[in-house]
Formats: sequence, C-alpha cells, structure tokens
Amino acid sequence: MEATLHPPRLLPSGDSAITVEFSGHIDDAANRRVLALDRAVSAAPIAGVTETVPTYRSLLVHYDPCQIAFETLGEKLLALAKVPAPPNAKTKHWRVPVTYGGENGIDLEHVARTLNTTPDEIVARHVAGDYRVAMIGFTPGWSYLSGLEKFLHMPRRQNPRILTPPGTVSIGGVQTGIQCLAGPSGWHLIGRTPMRTYHLHRKPIFLLEPGDRISFFAIDEKRFAEQDKAAEHGDPVAELMTS
Amino acid sequence: MTKLIIVSIGPASSVQDGGRHGAQRYGLTPSGAMDRLGLAAANTLLGNAPFAAAVEIGPFGTAFRARGGAVRVALAGATRNADIAGRLVAFDTSMTIPDGETLTLGFAKGGAFSYLAIEGGITGEPMFGSLAVNARAGLGSPYQRPLQAGDELPAMAASGTPERRIELPQTASGSIRVLLGPQDDEFADEARQLFLGSEWKISPTSDRMGYRLEGPVIKHLHGHNIVSDGTVDGSIQVPGNGAPIVLMPDRGTTGGYPKIATVISADLGRLAQTTAGTGFRFKAIGMVEAQAEAKKFVQLLRALPDCLRGIESMQLNVEALHDANVAGHAVSAVDADTWHTSI
Repeated sequence: MEATLHPPRLLPSGDSAITVEFSGHIDDAANRRVLALDRAVSAAPIAGVTETVPTYRSLLVHYDPCQIAFETLGEKLLALAKVPAPPNAKTKHWRVPVTYGGENGIDLEHVARTLNTTPDEIVARHVAGDYRVAMIGFTPGWSYLSGLEKFLHMPRRQNPRILTPPGTVSIGGVQTGIQCLAGPSGWHLIGRTPMRTYHLHRKPIFLLEPGDRISFFAIDEKRFAEQDKAAEHGDPVAELMTS
Repeated sequence: MTKLIIVSIGPASSVQDGGRHGAQRYGLTPSGAMDRLGLAAANTLLGNAPFAAAVEIGPFGTAFRARGGAVRVALAGATRNADIAGRLVAFDTSMTIPDGETLTLGFAKGGAFSYLAIEGGITGEPMFGSLAVNARAGLGSPYQRPLQAGDELPAMAASGTPERRIELPQTASGSIRVLLGPQDDEFADEARQLFLGSEWKISPTSDRMGYRLEGPVIKHLHGHNIVSDGTVDGSIQVPGNGAPIVLMPDRGTTGGYPKIATVISADLGRLAQTTAGTGFRFKAIGMVEAQAEAKKFVQLLRALPDCLRGIESMQLNVEALHDANVAGHAVSAVDADTWHTSI
C-alpha cells in the first residue's frame, strides 16, 4: 500500500483560481510535490482548468468557474496530490555559461567581502552547485533556482535596483536565479549569461521548464560577447546534457 | 488601403484584447483590456467577437483620422465628449468616420479607459493568441508598445451597415466585492476589518500593472515577505508600507507580498474604471456568491448582441432629451455623456 502524503491547503485566489499550497516556506520536498501535481494535472486534464503556474511551494490553478466549481475542482486536486507522482522522464539538464564579476557581476566583490572570502571562491562554489528551476515568474523567463548551498545564502539588498541587465545571474536570500529581461531586482548581481531563457524568434520561445536541472560554468568576457551574438540569433548557447 | 491614423493620443493607450493565456508558467503576464465589458460593448456594436482587439484609450484626449476610405468604428467604456468634424457623436454607438475626417475625443469622464473598436477588428499577428501590448516582453501587434501619434491601424473599408447603439444592462454598483485570501491569515482580525471597513482611493501613480490604494495602513501579522507565489488579475497584495496594491492585467505573474483578498472577476472592470481620488469600499462575499456573479457576468457579455438597438430609437431619445430639458433637468444637448445617464 502506498503511503498517503499530507494534504495541501486549498486557498481561494478569487473566483477563477485556486492556490494549492504544500508548505509555508521554501522547501525542496514541497517544490517537488508542486511540480508533480503540475505534471499530474497536465497528464489528466480536468475540464475547466485553463492554466497552471507552479511556484516554490504552491501550484496556482486557473479555471473557468462556468465549467467547474471551486469545491469540485478542489476535491479533484486533493485526490491528485495524494498520490506520489512518478519522476519526470522529460527533465532536462542544462549547463549554462556565465561570465562572473567585473561589469557583468557588479556585486561579486561585495558578496565575497560580506561572506568573508574571495570572488574566486564564490565563483567556484556557484559553479559547483546542482540547481533546479523551482519556478519561473515575475517577468518572462525569470528563473528562480533552488539548491544554492548555505554558504552562499545572502539577504537581498535593502534598496532594489531599478534596472539590472538582461541575462543577470544573481543571489537573493536562499536562492540563485537567472533573469532574462532587463528590469528591477533586489538581488546581488554576480554574473551574466548570454543564454536567453525567453526569445521570441526562436523555437522554443521559452528555453527552460519548471523542474529542469541547471549547472553553471564560467566563461570569459570575450566568449560572452561571442555567445551573446549567437544567442541573439536563436542559438540556445546553454549545453543540453544527456543524463 | 483604408486605415485609421492616430492624430494625437495620451499615455496609457494601447491595443488590447481578451489577453494572452497559457504562458504564465513562464512568467508571461496575460495583459488584455482593463474593462472587459467596455471592450465587449465596443466590439459587439460592430459585429466583432466580444474580445477582439481594439484601442484601449487612457484618460487623455485623443484624435483618429480615417484615410484611404471611410472607417466604421464604435465607442464604449468611459464616456467623453466626442465629435466627427464638429458633429457630436455619442458613446455606446457605432459611427462611420468619412475619409479624411477626424474623430476627436476629450478627457475621460466618470472612468479611466474608453474603447474604440474598428469594424472587422484590428488586424495583426497574434503572439500566444493575442495582439495585446506587453511592451516589456516585446509583444503586441501591430505595435509592441503603447500607441503614439502617427501610428496607423489598418482597417476594412466601412461596410455601410446601419449604425447602432447598445443599451447596456444595469451592472452592480457600490462596493467592490472581494473574496478574502489567499493569504488573509497573514493579517490579524483588526487588519482585515480595517481593510473591509475603510474608504479607499486609487492613487494617481496607478497603471496597468497595479492600482495603488490610499487609505489606512494595513499591518501584517508576520512581516511582509512571503515565498513568491502565483498572482491573478485582482489580487490585492500588501507590501511593506501597508498600502495595498490591486494587481491589474499587466501584473507580474508571481509576487512575494501577502495577498489579503482578490477582487471578483465581475467587479474588476468596475474597479479599473474608478478614477484616482474617488472613494470606494470593499465588501467580502463568499465563494458561492462570487462564482454565481462570475457566471452572471459571462452571461451578460454573451447577451450583449441582444442589447443592440437601431439608431432611429436614439432620435426618439433626443426628443426625450428635449422634454427633459424643458422639464428643467440638467441635461446638456452638447454633452454626449448626459444622453444616456439622464434619460
């Protein structure tokens, strides 16, 4: 007999969405359950469900209240969340090039000083990590990664920056992330990747999926410039590992 | 080729439709019209699909000129003074702009957004099923940014179909209805009561991403940071300063502030049309009622074609307007806005 998992909380998000919450904090096990429920819903579509948005600890399920009621959908989601889901056979593992420090990572030295170490040590530890795309959100392609080692945890900036460059790789709290478009950020900018997680004139338009595995490798600024051009023309630049 | 030229236009004016759905999991916000009823009314007047792309016009004055032939359009949403080459035209009607003539619109009155639909719809290349503008993501058609003077929208040659008006059914008024949650438990009872019991005003710094509210400070129970989770149109998040923000169609798809409540879908357009500085209140309702209201709103949109009337009956209304003036009511024959509010 299979063990039954503890049921998630069902939180109404208006009349057309339910938040299925597995945990109150960032928690790897909860994120795996979110992604598993997301796969379960896409494998056995529920009439009336229009779209799902996986995040760290909850799955937001958008639905059409003309087709299915809150109570009915809630019961179906609880039933799906009860069963441990098989691992995702389609999980991809990406090796992502990053140029660290300098103009492309203006906070690297500050991060090193704060953590009482050298920039090289920060880079070595960051590229040694095995990360997972816990969620994509806020703006197109902004990928939040879980798996940052404790040594690199660092509270966000007091004053978020209004504009940070596209492709920025940064650290914020217990997370590291890849932002695709230029925009505001309160995270510490340690490097930049030429990879476009979102590119309108490429197939696929969105490169990463929630649940994908990510590791980073360091490149120099010259290589960054070359790959940036290639990425502009639709080259994924990131290397797809066969695992 | 027939087209509509934007002669002048204010900020916050863009092509919008029913929005782009299915890619929120990649951080792509749906966008789409701020006031779905206004969009649907304008489109219905021309026989377009209710959520076909149209011009969403921000609060400022605007002028459109027909070129290469007459262009048939319709106006709905927040009313304004409107004329074609000096001839007054009314909101909630279709009209034909003769070749070379200009439709001039004044400031929005009693609302923020008006909708100008074009017969046959706006043609463009949909991305993720939508022409709606999302400038940050580089999406939208024919322009990937808000509209500017000099822009051109391709149009079909006016069909000559008799003009019509639409008698919009009565919709809810008064308090903006909300469902509490998803994070109402991040607030003490007193904070929830303060939220529901106070008068709010929309800050002038509001935009299509969010409406910032002015009123009492809403305090959090456990601080203002939660683990980022998904948002919806109408999510009311409370950031660190305690001033709630209602998320609108250009919102971020995820957010890290607790969400005390969510505006019901039937009332979101009404909130969008509330002008800065106008006081309003929220009222919490239950899920069953909220879902019944959501269905009623969808049915109302579907039934809009039944609300179309010939323009002849409007001339009768002009008689009524005259009577009303004789009777001493404050109705202005030069102010299109009072035509349907006073009769």
